[in-house]
Amino acid sequence: MDKKDKLRAPVSQQPLKVEKPADTNTIGGTISVQLNEKKVVVPFGTTILDACKENQIYIPTLCHHSDLCIAGNCRVCLVEVEGMRTLQTACSFPITSNIKIRTSTENVRKARRHVIDLLLSEHYGDCYACVRNNNCELQSLAKEYGVDSFTFGHIKEPKYEIDNSSPSVIRDMNKCVNCRRCVRTCIDLQEVGVLEAVGRGNETKITTFMDKPLADVICINCGQCINRCPTGALHANDPSDDIWRAIDDPTKHVVIQTAPSPRAAIAEEFGFPAGTSMTQELNTALRRIGFDKVFDTNFSADLTIMEEGTELLHRLKSKIVEKDDSVKLPQFTSCSPGWVKYIEHFYPDYLDHLSTAKSPQQMFGAVLKTFYAQEYWIDPKDIVTVAVMPCSAKKFECNRPEMNSSGFKDVDYGLTTRELAKMIREAGIHLPEMPKSGFDDPFGEASGAGLIFGATGGVMEAALRTAYELITGREVPFKDLKIEPCRGFEGVKKASVLLEGCKPDYSFLEGVELKFMVAHGTANAMTVMEMLKRGEIDDVHFIEIMGCPGGCIGGGGQPIPTSQEIRTKRAEAIYKEEEGLPIRKSHDNPHITYIYEKFFKEGPCSELSHKLLHTHYTKRGKYIV
Amino acid sequence: MLTVENRPKRDGIILFSDYKAGSGIRRSVEMGRENVLFELRESKLKGRGGAGFSTATKWMLTAAASGEIKYIVCNADEGEPGTFKDKVLLTEYPDLVFDGMVVAGFTIGAKKGLVYLRGEYVYMLKSLERYLDRMRTYNLLGKNILGKEGFDFDIEIRLGAGAYVCGEETALIESLEGHRGEPRNRPPYPVNTGYMGCPTVVNNVETLASVPNILIKGGAWFAKHGTDKSTGSKLFSISGDCKKPGVYELPWGITIDEVLKIVEAENTKAVQVGGASGSCIPKKCFDRKLAYEDAATGGSIMIFNESRNMLNVLKNFMEFFVEESCGQCTPCRVGNVKLLEGIEMIENNEYTFRYINQLKDLCKTMQLASKCGLGQSSPNSFLSILENFKEEIFFKNGNGVYHG
Ligand SMILES: Cc1cc2nc3c(=O)[nH]c(=O)nc-3n(C[C@H](O)[C@H](O)[C@H](O)COP(=O)(O)O)c2cc1C
Ligand code: SF4
Ligand code: SF4
Ligand code: SF4
Ligand code: SF4
Ligand code: FES
Repeated sequence: MDKKDKLRAPVSQQPLKVEKPADTNTIGGTISVQLNEKKVVVPFGTTILDACKENQIYIPTLCHHSDLCIAGNCRVCLVEVEGMRTLQTACSFPITSNIKIRTSTENVRKARRHVIDLLLSEHYGDCYACVRNNNCELQSLAKEYGVDSFTFGHIKEPKYEIDNSSPSVIRDMNKCVNCRRCVRTCIDLQEVGVLEAVGRGNETKITTFMDKPLADVICINCGQCINRCPTGALHANDPSDDIWRAIDDPTKHVVIQTAPSPRAAIAEEFGFPAGTSMTQELNTALRRIGFDKVFDTNFSADLTIMEEGTELLHRLKSKIVEKDDSVKLPQFTSCSPGWVKYIEHFYPDYLDHLSTAKSPQQMFGAVLKTFYAQEYWIDPKDIVTVAVMPCSAKKFECNRPEMNSSGFKDVDYGLTTRELAKMIREAGIHLPEMPKSGFDDPFGEASGAGLIFGATGGVMEAALRTAYELITGREVPFKDLKIEPCRGFEGVKKASVLLEGCKPDYSFLEGVELKFMVAHGTANAMTVMEMLKRGEIDDVHFIEIMGCPGGCIGGGGQPIPTSQEIRTKRAEAIYKEEEGLPIRKSHDNPHITYIYEKFFKEGPCSELSHKLLHTHYTKRGKYIV
Repeated sequence: MLTVENRPKRDGIILFSDYKAGSGIRRSVEMGRENVLFELRESKLKGRGGAGFSTATKWMLTAAASGEIKYIVCNADEGEPGTFKDKVLLTEYPDLVFDGMVVAGFTIGAKKGLVYLRGEYVYMLKSLERYLDRMRTYNLLGKNILGKEGFDFDIEIRLGAGAYVCGEETALIESLEGHRGEPRNRPPYPVNTGYMGCPTVVNNVETLASVPNILIKGGAWFAKHGTDKSTGSKLFSISGDCKKPGVYELPWGITIDEVLKIVEAENTKAVQVGGASGSCIPKKCFDRKLAYEDAATGGSIMIFNESRNMLNVLKNFMEFFVEESCGQCTPCRVGNVKLLEGIEMIENNEYTFRYINQLKDLCKTMQLASKCGLGQSSPNSFLSILENFKEEIFFKNGNGVYHG
């Protein structure tokens, strides 16, 4: 189900169509090739690059990215194939006959070096003043090939103005190497397509529709292009200077909330392998940086579950009992600001399907500047709320004009994982050496349900744990609370649970098969939306959509690089941490019970909670005037 | 029956000779697919678009490729500066071109042919459409052509996007599909994965126009003309410093000297064979033959006499490539700019031989590492002009100052 009906990417950039025999054990399923001195056997249609990887031969690449279709345009990955007049690009060449490959001949080395020299000759940027210093693929290539001078000169003046119009993504095309990974990301993975290569020859540049500033096109701020850019040409809009200023200001009470995904990934910024969780070390580091309080976004994730779950039950009731057709089902989750902006632009007529519940980040902001301010006798105007998020779209979200239900800007700054790592280094802290510590009251530790929000399917899993129990009074019928149909990285998942033995309040749901779907990455969201348009999923009740591939663990603010392997490891880390937690259902979180009793007075979706924890959306459409 | 309007009198052995419209198609139906391919192989016909790939092999590969739907694409983008032979064929001999397409469709099992017509040739669109209509009336296009059950074929003309690189076959296919005209990765080749992902034959106008006569007079007859490796005749677009520029049909293997006599060129210093991407041949080598195995060309011959400044000539070529590179791959996008900058350095006397040699090295990389023929061949003129005219360029231009 995860294959899109039609890829919009040009055919040249689509994956190679090599007819591979289904079974590599059949005759013709494998093929033997000569790889340098070695004879190796590989599956029919394997690219030379993959064959080399299998055999511990390193081939440099630049435009190739494991998440994207093949471009073959940087020409760094050149190899020699015997009998062919020209050098071949390893990333694009499928092995379909018994070829002889040489990966380090004089021609190959010279050509690779030339390509790097040419790229550097028009690369305007200084490594020491660049966000990607020490994590830049161009810089690494230059080092690997021993570049010690600019053979073909060096550009003296910047060619392009920096586009910092967007609250999320900054584009400095002077550092662009025209690999077009961002173009492919935006079209193939996200189905947004605001980036395109225009112009010819050396005037070719990556730009937006009509060369407009990024803020004026339908970019959804997902930052996926940043994660796949090999250089510093794309980076997030970094608010850390403002945050430092607030920290240094003694009149300000600066609090920070940390989302689960950054905690599962930030260790990568300090040289640890993907999948190392450092939640408690991070808490200490944040306090040492100077944040007055450190909170867990999982608390407001639990709030989200309560609100969004209750909203779903209300919708079900209106639909089934009151037969109210104005109520829209399926209900979509609304935690992912990339997805929210996507549906606002691309499917504005379906906004009624979107849950009105705010995302956990925004709920927390509103609660901090009301409930928390009251409880602790702090003037909300002196509170500065920072949110550490895996996401660049969160920066746009916190700046939405409607996000001020506390009477103030609910969340002042959205900070990405990468930017936080930078602040930690700046403060002279080596994160892994920090002693462990917990989160601050009054929110304390949250439930594991909030934690798994980080991976695709997590919101659905958390919601089901709570909804099923509210409805039936029993735990979800899955071993160990692990709702397996929600887990894993398939693009679009669909499953159901049967509601039996419902409590009297929910007798209208007796015997109903609660159907749900999970999708991640807006390209898959498009698949779901098109199914909805065609009326194929009218029987589904609840759909989780995350804007980024893999969910928040693959967010646009996470450490670079990214790949399926890395995202899988991050997800594993989250699920593993969750298993060990004492509380794993949102409604069991005592802080949640407390806030509903003490502050909101009534249960979820009541008057005050509606005011603070829900929002409305804008029909944006595809044209921005 | 079917006639071609105002065909002027031209003399030639194969293309510019008498041909009865539709007879090639009739012949192909009579002899059957295998025999068409056999005659084609006998003729040793090679692609006239520049690359010189064996047409029989190309057709055979496409015929053998798996897939229900296949396409014939006629490459009429003719973007090479100074080339206008396809224009002549299309205006004066559309019967040959379209019959060739129909035969190709019959042979490989395609039902549809597309002509990618250069944007500037839009003026001939109407008359070509009219000609196709008449072919339909005579059942040379449409369903069950010439009464042969299941032989369905039709031709559609599409206008090009106006970029030189769109003549490159995979960029042309991208352009036909409505994308930015940029070359694709190869493999896979169009014969397997072409237009809309289907097996596709892309042939030059002249290649297709050569086919009908091969069928009628036989592959062996065709192969008698020209040289052993370059059979048949070729249309040459001859321009530059001569009295009689124009399109000539001449046998392969003719020497440059002979050509110069025919077009009455005097005081010739150099001849650029193969257009901007070809190589520049100096006087002392005018005994070289025009042939795939010697001085190869897709048809363009430019003549320069003694008054020409060769560095200027080269600069024009490089400016063309800087303009026309599609900008996709690094060696071509940046490399051509570096070569042009190098030429400007020579012009301004600001070069060192060390750097010029580095650029020559870079040329080799561009030839080996560029994604398509444009970048692979753009250094040819740089290399050949700097090599063949180094005296003039380095010592006369630069006041004889040696910058070692
Ligand atoms: C930059 C570039 C431009 C080209 N332009 C043309 C053209 O205008 N017309 C043409 O027939 N072939 C052109 N070609 C060659 C085609 O790619 C292709 O080889 C040819 O259409 C195949 O036909 P043939 O086998 O009949 O020669 C061009 C190639 C390159 C690299
Ligand atoms: S993009 Fe890379 S090479 Fe360029 S300045 Fe930044 S770190 Fe250096
Ligand atoms: S942030 Fe997302 S939508 Fe915006 S340009 Fe990048 S990939 Fe496209
Ligand atoms: S912005 Fe980055 S990803 Fe996009 S083409 Fe330039 S270098 Fe590549
Ligand atoms: S060689 Fe030039 S024209 Fe060809 S793909 Fe590369 S940049 Fe484009
Ligand atoms: S990595 Fe293969 S061409 Fe760019």
